[in-house]
This record gives sequence, structure tokens and C-alpha cells, in this order.
Amino acid sequence: MSQDYILETRNLIKEFKGFTAVDDVNLKVKRGTIHALIGPNGAGKTTVFNLLTKFLNPTRGQLLYNGKDITRADSATIARMGMVRSFQISAVFPHLTVLENVRVALQQKRNDSFFFWRSEKKLDEMNDRAIELLDSVGLKEFASARAVDLPYGRKRSLEIATTLALDPELLLLDEPTQGMGHEDVSVVSDLIKEVGKNRTILMVEHNLNVVADLSDTITVLQRGAILTEGDYATVSADPRVREAYMGVEADQPANDEEPQDTTPTAPAAAEASL
Amino acid sequence: MNNKTLNFSILALALAAPLVLYPVFLMKVLCFALFACAFNLLLGFVGLLSFGHAIFLGSGAYITGHLMLNYSITPEVGILAGVGASALIGLIYGKLAVKREGIYFAMVTLALAQLMFFFYLQAPFTGGEDGLQGVPRGFLFGLIDLSDNLTMYYFVLAIFIAGFLLIYRTIHSPFGQVLKAIRENEARAISLGYKVNNYKLQAFVISAALAGLAGSTKALVFQLASLNDVHWFMSGEVVLMTLLGGMGTIWGPVLGAGTIVGLQNFLASGPLANYIHVVMGVVFVVCVLAFRQGLVGELQKLVRKNF
Repeated sequence: MSQDYILETRNLIKEFKGFTAVDDVNLKVKRGTIHALIGPNGAGKTTVFNLLTKFLNPTRGQLLYNGKDITRADSATIARMGMVRSFQISAVFPHLTVLENVRVALQQKRNDSFFFWRSEKKLDEMNDRAIELLDSVGLKEFASARAVDLPYGRKRSLEIATTLALDPELLLLDEPTQGMGHEDVSVVSDLIKEVGKNRTILMVEHNLNVVADLSDTITVLQRGAILTEGDYATVSADPRVREAYMGVEADQPANDEEPQDTTPTAPAAAEASL
Repeated sequence: MNNKTLNFSILALALAAPLVLYPVFLMKVLCFALFACAFNLLLGFVGLLSFGHAIFLGSGAYITGHLMLNYSITPEVGILAGVGASALIGLIYGKLAVKREGIYFAMVTLALAQLMFFFYLQAPFTGGEDGLQGVPRGFLFGLIDLSDNLTMYYFVLAIFIAGFLLIYRTIHSPFGQVLKAIRENEARAISLGYKVNNYKLQAFVISAALAGLAGSTKALVFQLASLNDVHWFMSGEVVLMTLLGGMGTIWGPVLGAGTIVGLQNFLASGPLANYIHVVMGVVFVVCVLAFRQGLVGELQKLVRKNF
């Protein structure tokens, strides 16, 4: 049974000094799908991510990855098992070059990371593979630039290339299109679709256009608990979801304007496309 | 001027320096430069501020001094023993400290260093307040008499170059690449599957061992190992040297150590002799306020802007 699900949480609970941020969440991510986690601000999406990758420890509950209990494993071990996350704020190594950023990830699979007596020139062996990865996200010509000098959208692309360098089985993307302009959004969204062809992806995303376009399954979180789950049609038709997003009864007339997916403030975009 | 020419010019200067300057002064500079380079490996390249690094300097000095005084061993064996002792203390202290971050890391290293300071104050083999005096320099490999200052200078220079090259290689190694990644973004390094504490620990031990090397050598140079070497004041001084010279640069700590030791020597014989610490304090404040990147850092910025 657990073979169908790559990731499973059982009665996951996280309490912060009396405040329950994640309340009895049973999440099941099916292998080979793109699964989105949505919900209004403060619903606990990022907390769930931090629990899954053990950047936080759950108060109670169990985590299963490929049927194995990972509740007590540490973050690095989880990454080595094939479950790799990205961060909400673009996570690059700012003062390393773009090429070096990807190489650091590739290097993790080698056995020379503790060799302080070996020349770093040895690492050039990975350059071809690194360039290939950069090419796949359209960053080849920026290989020798420092990551800090890249525009925001390209930093996110670099982050995805770095994550892919580990060849993960399961990708956890925390708001991959957050704060992006219209063009960048479609670039990254295409990228995710491409990447998701032979991998499982779990993502937190505010931009409902992206979610509608990409995800096979959507889980809606509200106040730390699962509100509902299903495909986009099911979820978007659910009046409770509309209420959760708008905070009012959901029988207002739909907004006629084109969905503004360039808006960085997510709830506005969410309203528009629901 | 390319890097190779620069490095050879510096080497030529170092070889010729004792013709102009007093060798003991130069050896003092080299010992502190090595100490500061070792410290900078942690602060500049891993982002860890150790506030107890004097303990590694002093442990090297005490162990080498004690062995040279009481057993008939050659100086290279004495130095190796000192380095080994510092590395071992570094391993134990590092294990305890690397689990903490930021100010807590600094506090843990300071607390552990104080603990060790009081141990050395009480332990019979250190000579307490008097320290270990009259440490013999001995015969290198049993052959070369080191009691001559000029011979000793070239021995110290060789040790410094070896230590410096090891640090340089460490920074420019696969391991160094991971260290930089950890300094740049620790959470991301973890999420890429690196067990960062193990990397920090290895860097800590290398740094401690090299600080021990500086201390052992210093004990032979001055034929003295004393509480000064393990005092927290010394831990502060190495921070000052590194920041003044430029942390995270390879030559910064060398220049910083040279400036501080030179300034101390100069002031000690002048009218400001009683105000050395005041002057040092002013230097530190000016450095932190006016040129944050240190001497070398600011120089690099200037070169980048104009060429």
C-alpha cells in the first residue's frame, strides 16, 4: 500500500507554546504526481514543509517516506534519501558563482567532501554536468556570474537547478513563483511541469493559476488542519474553500477582470481565479 | 602583477627580512600571523566566531614547553606533541561547540576556554603564575642548533609557510567549497544533504591544530610558555588581528598580525608605553567603523574599482 504513496503523514501535530500550528494532518502524496498544498496565510503550509524535512520536530505524529519511518531522521539524512526541498526565500549561495552553486549540490554525491588536502580543481570534473543542468533552466550563459547578481526570477531557476542536481525522487517546492513577474511565473511553471514528468513534486503555492495548471491533487489547509482535498475542479467548487480564502460567504459575483497572476500578494490572485 | 610574482616577492622579502629587522620580532610576527590565519579559517570561511582560541595557542605552548624542559626530545617532536594536544582539545571542545550557533557558539568556546585557563593556572606542570621558563630550543632533527636566532628564524619561517599553505589548500579544496556553502547559507547546505556539524567540527580541529602549531613554535622562540598565552585577552587579540587585516581573505590575518605586533613593539618603547591598550582600542574602533572589510579587504575593493 505504501508503495503507491511516496510520502505520508499520520496524525501530524505541531504545537508552539499552546498554539497548534499543524493540527492532526494526514497527508498522502501519490508517487509520480504533482501535489499542491494551498491555504490562506498562516494556514501552516510552510510549517508542514519544515516538519516534513525535519527543520522542525513534530510534537506528535509520524512521517513515512517510501514506507520508512523518518520521524526521527535529521534534515541532511532526509535529503540524502531523495526528498529535497526549496525555500520560500530564494535559497542560493550568494557569493559563489552560479556554476559553483550547482556544483555544491553535485558534490554531495561524491566522497571527497571532507578532503581538505585535495585541490579544488578536481571539482572541475563536474562542470559538464553542472552546465547541462544550468542549460536546462536557461542559465547557461550566467554560469560564471555570482548568484547574488542574478535577478530574482533567475535565482529561483538556479535554486531549482541546484535541487535537481541531487536527482531527487521527491521535490518539495515552497512557493516557487512567489514575488515573480508574469513572464518568470510561466517560465518556472513550465520548468516544474517538465521536472515533474519523472518525479514527484509537493509544492506550496499561492498562485492558483499555477496550481490549476500543474497539480494533480490539491490539499487545502486552514488553521493547521486539512479542509479538503481533490483535483482543482473539486476543490475550487467547494464553498468552504472560497470562504477560507475570502473570509466571507462566497456568493459574491465573480471578478470579471483577467486574473492578475503578477500580483505578489497571493490572496488577491486567489480570489480572482476562484 | 600576477599572483605568482606577488607570492615570490613576498617570499623573497621574508627571506631577506632578518637582514634589516630583529629576528625575534619577525618570529613573533610569524607566530601570531599563523595563529590569526588559523582563527580566520573558522571566522572567515565557516562563519564561526570562536572566542576561546587562545586555549589552543596556549596548550601547544605548554605541552611543547613541558616536554622540551623535562625530556630529551628534539624540537620537531615537541612541536608535533603540542599540535596533537591542541587538536585533541579542539576535537572535544568542537564537539560541544558546533551544535550551537552565533553568539551561543562564541559563549560556549569562551566558557570552555576559561575552564581550561583555570586548569592551567592550578596544574603543577605549567608553573602557575611563573609559567615555564628557560624552555630549550634544542637541536632540530638532533642536528641543527636552534639557539641561534637567525637559524631559528628560518625554521619558524618554514613552519609558517607549511601552515599557511595547508590553510590555503583547505580553503581551495572540495572540503573548503562545502565550508563556503555553509557560511553562505547553512539551511540550504543542510537541505542539500550535508551534515554541516561534521564539516564545522573538522574545520574546528584543523584550526585548533594550527593554532597549537603557532603556540608550540612561539614557546620555542621565546623559550617561555605562560598564562598570557591562554588568557581570554589573547583570544580577543586574535579577533582584532583578523578583523583589522580583513577576515575571509588569505593575507588579511598576516597583515593584521604584523600591524598589531609591530604597533605594540613600537609603542612599548615610546612615550605611550603605558597607554598601549588605549591605542589598541582606538585602532579597533576605527577599523570597525571606517573599514569594515579590513586592510586587505579595502585594498581589494580599491584594486577592483580602479583596474
